[in-house]
Amino acid sequence: MADFLSFRDGDAAQEPAVTVEAFTGQSNATAVRIEPGEDARDLLPHLDRLSLVEVNFPAYGDGRGYSAARILRESGYAGELRAVGDVLVDQIVAMRRCGFDSFHPAKPLDDAAVERALNRYDDVYQKTIDGRQPVWAKRHPEKIYG
Amino acid sequence: MYRYDSYDQSIVDARVEEFRDQVQRRLTGALTEDQFKPLRLMNGLYLQLHAYMLRVAIPYGTLSGKQMRKLGEIANKYDKGYGHFTTRQNLQYNWIKLADAPDILAELATVEMHAIQTSGNCIRNISSDQYAGVSADEVADPRPWAELLRQWSTFHPEFTYLPRKFKIAVIASDDDRSAMRLHDIGLKLVSKDGVIGAEVYAGGGMGRTPMVAPQIRDFVAEDEIISYLEACLRVYNRYGRRDNKYKARIKILVHEIGVDEYRRQVEEEFAHMKQLGLNPPTEELDRIRPFFANPAYETGLSEEIDRADPAFALWVDRQVVAHKQPGYAIVNISLKPLSGIPGDASADQIVLVADLAEQYSLDELRVTHAQNLVLPHVKKADLYAIWQKLDEAGLAEANLNLITDIIACPGLDYCALANARSIPLAQKIAQRFADTERQAELGELKLKISGCINACGHHHAGHIGILGVDRKGVENFQLLLGGSGAEDASLGQITGPGFSEDGVVDAIEKVTDIYLAQREGGERFLDTYRRIGMKPFKEAIYG
Repeated sequence: MADFLSFRDGDAAQEPAVTVEAFTGQSNATAVRIEPGEDARDLLPHLDRLSLVEVNFPAYGDGRGYSAARILRESGYAGELRAVGDVLVDQIVAMRRCGFDSFHPAKPLDDAAVERALNRYDDVYQKTIDGRQPVWAKRHPEKIYG
Repeated sequence: MYRYDSYDQSIVDARVEEFRDQVQRRLTGALTEDQFKPLRLMNGLYLQLHAYMLRVAIPYGTLSGKQMRKLGEIANKYDKGYGHFTTRQNLQYNWIKLADAPDILAELATVEMHAIQTSGNCIRNISSDQYAGVSADEVADPRPWAELLRQWSTFHPEFTYLPRKFKIAVIASDDDRSAMRLHDIGLKLVSKDGVIGAEVYAGGGMGRTPMVAPQIRDFVAEDEIISYLEACLRVYNRYGRRDNKYKARIKILVHEIGVDEYRRQVEEEFAHMKQLGLNPPTEELDRIRPFFANPAYETGLSEEIDRADPAFALWVDRQVVAHKQPGYAIVNISLKPLSGIPGDASADQIVLVADLAEQYSLDELRVTHAQNLVLPHVKKADLYAIWQKLDEAGLAEANLNLITDIIACPGLDYCALANARSIPLAQKIAQRFADTERQAELGELKLKISGCINACGHHHAGHIGILGVDRKGVENFQLLLGGSGAEDASLGQITGPGFSEDGVVDAIEKVTDIYLAQREGGERFLDTYRRIGMKPFKEAIYG
């Protein structure tokens, strides 16, 4: 069972994450935690000094964190993006596709189940920021996609 | 008809195995019901009053004879020999065993079908016009767009845990046969300077707070539709209410912040998202389009229909509508026999319709949002043979768009949410108005029944709507007048205090009497209501 998963090279960030309010009000923190309902775009002016963004999922059914993650990646954030809280094995794939690269679930995940989930689908229909080629790009290889 | 390529097939096959794994974990106790619930709901499996219900997606209501036959076989093998066609052009089995669900999905996958996202707070099955491709009045066939959206919405990673379910309809004709403006997002294809694009409507819906969707954009080109919809969904995902499930649909967001503010936020997000290369190339829609090209119609066919048999002639006049191709017709098959369950079909009937589609309709059929079936490409010369076979199978009711062509939800007979029984009431109304001439005299009259406030029976959009409620432990029925789900979309108004089951049937009779007494020219019931207002009806009912 795993209570921390990372898909990044190198060590995970260790600094405790502060709230968005605390982060935007001071200059020295490098880790921040976003709660549902907080605007990920408030962080955009500060991306260069961030090494960890935690996105909290108090309940798995609250999907706002997926948009927060994708917005950060679309805006060029390259640091660690960690899903924390009610993170279940059945959500890992979608979270990876939205740009999360580490996970700190409240309840440990079964490693074998995570492995199965990550390898379940060979193909995806949407382009996101995870670099996977969507089916439509594979169908039209003559087109070049950046 | 769209056909899967190896990519589509592998995704659906993988889903079957994923669900098999999840069911296995539930059956062995590795997952609790609480943990399993969100997983089964992503795949259309509901725990109902008596058993599991499985909802199978029929994308944009189009299917082949082979697919239809498979639906009949599954009804026989795993259900009690019935299927129920829904207002979102899907099919539900009401008596499913959990342990069988993975095998059913595996069987569906063999005919390129699935139950993906037929429930859950995600983008649901895309609905469309049952006459797509065969009516003369459309600017383009909407189904290639609907298929593009089916693929885009399948396992969309950002929009799988929305505040609430999300329904999209695509139409391409001025006649709205899909209740497009009662969807979370409605697209109407239009031509602008020779280019096909979509008008976009957002924030429609029924339920506790019915709303007709306002237009949020007058044109989105096909090569930007995906990024535009991503922007619409992202604004909703971020700002839709999550504190109260009854206020979580996009209609509430659009209503609370106002359509102008919602539009502004979408445009801002769209300006960002269209830079991201999210749109498939136009070649992808060009790849999908030929699947929906005209089938090989014969030419030089006779336009003659032998009307010697009066029962057949009656059926032709009611159920058969014009096809764009000379010599062909569109056949509507009623699933509203007078003493039946609206939308229900037996396994034998499903298989018969599959046979008819293969033999007489170029292997294609449709499901309508009014819970009927359509054979879209029938030679006029074959109509009599088809009618005879339908008649033998109890499928030759001639009541399209008449008062007995009732939309009804499953109600308290099946549904755990319902407050009242919809089906027995639908049967009583049908019996009261059974007389063929009387129905014809009343003309187009869309009657819709919901067994609770969630409005699955579209009562807000009925010319006459009925809402079943629970009043101190007794079923009570409210009556609404003046709704429409068509291009003239409007919401029905409640007449006043509710009725008993028999009382509401009497009240409907009084309402129709007022219409017959007051109508002018060729007015439909709805037209007369709109002209004279609620008052005369109210006086007749309660006076």
